[in-house]
Amino acid sequence: MASVAEDVAAYLARRARWSPLEIAFWICAFATIWLFPGKHLILTEAAILALFALSLDLILGYAGIISLGQAAFFGLAGYCSGLLAKYGLVNEPVIALILSGFVAAALGFVTSFLVLRGSDLTRLMVTLGVALLLGELANRFSNITGGADGLQGVTIAPVLGLFRFDLYGHTGYIYCLVVLFISFIVARRIVYSPFGLSLRSLKGNTLRAAAIGIPVKRRLVAIYTVSAGFAGLAGALLTQTTAFCSLDVFSLDRSADLLLVLIIGGTGYLYGGLIGAVIYKFLQDWIASLTPQYWQFWIGFVLVVIVLVGRERVEEWGRALRASLARLGARVFARPVAIGGAASDGR
Amino acid sequence: MPILETIGLEKRFGGIVATHDVSLAVEKGARHALIGPNGAGKTTIINLLTGVLKPTAGSIMLDGRDITALVPHERVRLGMARTFQINQLFADLTPRESIGLAVSERLGTGGDWWRLLGRKSAVTGEIAEIIERFRIADVMHERTAILPYGKQRLLEIALAFACRPHVLLLDEPAAGVPEAERHELLATIAALPDEVTVLLIEHDMDLVFSFADRISVLVNGGLLLDGAPEEVAHDPRVKAVYLGEELDA
Amino acid sequence: MLTILFDGIAYGMLLFVLACGLSVTLGLMNLINLAHGAFAMAGGYCTVILVNRVGVPFILGLPIAFLVTAALGGLFERTLYVHVYRRSHLDQVLFTIGIVFMSVAAVDYVMGSSQQFVIIPQALQGQFIVFGIGMSKYRLLIILICGLLTIGLQLMIAKTRFGSRLRAAVDDQRVARGLGINVGAVFAVTFAFGSGLAGLGGALGAEILGLDPTFPLKYLIYFLIVVTVGGTTSITGPFLASILLGIADVAGKYYMPKLGAFVIYTIMIVVLIWRPQGLFARSAAR
Repeated sequence: MASVAEDVAAYLARRARWSPLEIAFWICAFATIWLFPGKHLILTEAAILALFALSLDLILGYAGIISLGQAAFFGLAGYCSGLLAKYGLVNEPVIALILSGFVAAALGFVTSFLVLRGSDLTRLMVTLGVALLLGELANRFSNITGGADGLQGVTIAPVLGLFRFDLYGHTGYIYCLVVLFISFIVARRIVYSPFGLSLRSLKGNTLRAAAIGIPVKRRLVAIYTVSAGFAGLAGALLTQTTAFCSLDVFSLDRSADLLLVLIIGGTGYLYGGLIGAVIYKFLQDWIASLTPQYWQFWIGFVLVVIVLVGRERVEEWGRALRASLARLGARVFARPVAIGGAASDGR
Repeated sequence: MPILETIGLEKRFGGIVATHDVSLAVEKGARHALIGPNGAGKTTIINLLTGVLKPTAGSIMLDGRDITALVPHERVRLGMARTFQINQLFADLTPRESIGLAVSERLGTGGDWWRLLGRKSAVTGEIAEIIERFRIADVMHERTAILPYGKQRLLEIALAFACRPHVLLLDEPAAGVPEAERHELLATIAALPDEVTVLLIEHDMDLVFSFADRISVLVNGGLLLDGAPEEVAHDPRVKAVYLGEELDA
Repeated sequence: MLTILFDGIAYGMLLFVLACGLSVTLGLMNLINLAHGAFAMAGGYCTVILVNRVGVPFILGLPIAFLVTAALGGLFERTLYVHVYRRSHLDQVLFTIGIVFMSVAAVDYVMGSSQQFVIIPQALQGQFIVFGIGMSKYRLLIILICGLLTIGLQLMIAKTRFGSRLRAAVDDQRVARGLGINVGAVFAVTFAFGSGLAGLGGALGAEILGLDPTFPLKYLIYFLIVVTVGGTTSITGPFLASILLGIADVAGKYYMPKLGAFVIYTIMIVVLIWRPQGLFARSAAR
């Protein structure tokens, strides 16, 4: 029998290792570039939504902050990158992307102090309020933002000066997928770090977290800022791939869709946002082809049903599904497999 | 010089005086017990000491340094840790993760977001040592929420210990622990290293008198008596407080 | 300027009638009901149908809107909301957002997406000029009705048995239950009443606020601001908050057309920073 020390060391080493299923996931993801050339436009939307959902998962799934206002960061960076391109301030998309991400993160930092105080309701209010406030600002200063018509006349230069955006969305998709992957790696590092573990403790019990020396506020501000940055990246990607940005980036719909994505995919293991986004996008596409106008009704319906059934039950199904996938994976790869072990402590 | 000292500590909640002029001195390496009837304000004192509550008046000195204005996590960094009367654990983490967290915080790597947890072998060794000391090796990979109460209580103390405190405040560690699991708990407390000063709140008099080398008695928020166990055990005022005034006549 | 004050008070009182149900259900049942605006919308559309199409007189249309919406609220409460009382706030948010989305889409489907106008009786059109202040007759009616409602509410809560049961249940549910108060019934009646008030507010407000299927989402933030600033532990809190917000909004939009809408948001953020439990709330024992 291994000593406790060896056991602990082995566990810690194992927990952050890339599982075969994760590798398979990303191979499949990149393979779609060549396998489904006709679907690149919808896949691009899915990738952007996935990054957006990832940003919410970081604060909701790991730190337990309920937010209805991720759209604020999404939209701010969206307009920022659009304006940078439109007025020729920054012509290279990647630099504009990073800049817009930082702007969104800055807003996240500034508003994080509002989110720290008060109850769940206060947090909901503040996050929603900031998003709506920005939407109102965008509406008012229509001479800059184009108002209800949206930002017009945006042309995006080739990525890195080499890859032009084409009409079929090929470049756009590869661009988004690469950004998603890099962001994911960063998020993954964060989540498996000591910092990430401390976030999970904050979600569980902030009193005890403080009692073991964790500077609670500092950590929450940090993850909220990072999450805002990620949401900003997603927003900038949307503007850059569609060469357009309009007021609906700030809408409640967008934040609500995001929550739905995370419910479908599950929170707290990073892949929930990605899987949920793909399912959601294709579901939306399918339902929209049936009833184009009343998509919102069915979203509402799904939300109500899921809550009535019980999110925990849905989560359990998700967990059971993942567990059986893990077992299948173990048999296929002939060794133990975990799926993003952060949500459960695999042996 | 005492390692932990309060000077004229006072706490009011509106019209209610929960703590009144408490001047307590805990010597380094002591096994100091704080006893008193229910409602005497013992947990309030711990909350004041750790910074969860702000005192209305008075000051708190840790190792000669005034910590009255510091927030809880800063006091932990200076070497004071506590347990809670009602378990405050991380339900979804395993003991391995919880202790790993406490250790990494203490080593100052808690804010590290790029490095993977456990790359430093110092961390691993320490986690293992604490798990073994507190006899939770058999349950270390289970979710805290499903652990038996006795094991949770051990984890409760283990977490505080993982902060490597100079002063450890134990708030009724044996409370609610079933008979079968008490022995393990008491043995673990008795085996705490000598360098760690322990301030213990307890109702269990067997534990108090077998463990403590000094006892303070708290009544209605004020300090009644402070002395060696034999003194306290035989003091008629203490008997009166616990058993009722009538018997004293 | 006094006209602005007058308009602001009218707007504020309307806001109060619309939002007080939300405040009470939050304080009473700890339920975040983002679909509250949907009931207001229902009341508005109900009145539109009754007055415009069926020809019911406006004054009669108002109480009918109240009753219909209250009944709707009671129905929803017993069949849907009762399942989410014990759930986390996130669940309640998701649930009620789902309900809003469904109701918005449903109304869009049935009534179309264009803005609806209630045909206001001749008697209420135009304005009185009193001491040089132009007072729109319609707004005067709003102030009258809402004022009476507020007084009635305050009396009901302070003086009646139901009111004391309500206050007990808000203060501490478990103890209230232990005293034999049928908390479930209190919830149902309160929710229905709050929804009815929202419906009445929607009916009254159709003329001023504009009525279309996006109403619940457009005005959600206003209701939430009233609740945030006013707190959930009293009736007077949201009332004062609504008046304050009403005047601030109207004045802001008049004096600073470009930035007027932000006055409300700014107030909300300032209050949330300074006093998260609301400007007028008693310090809660919770």
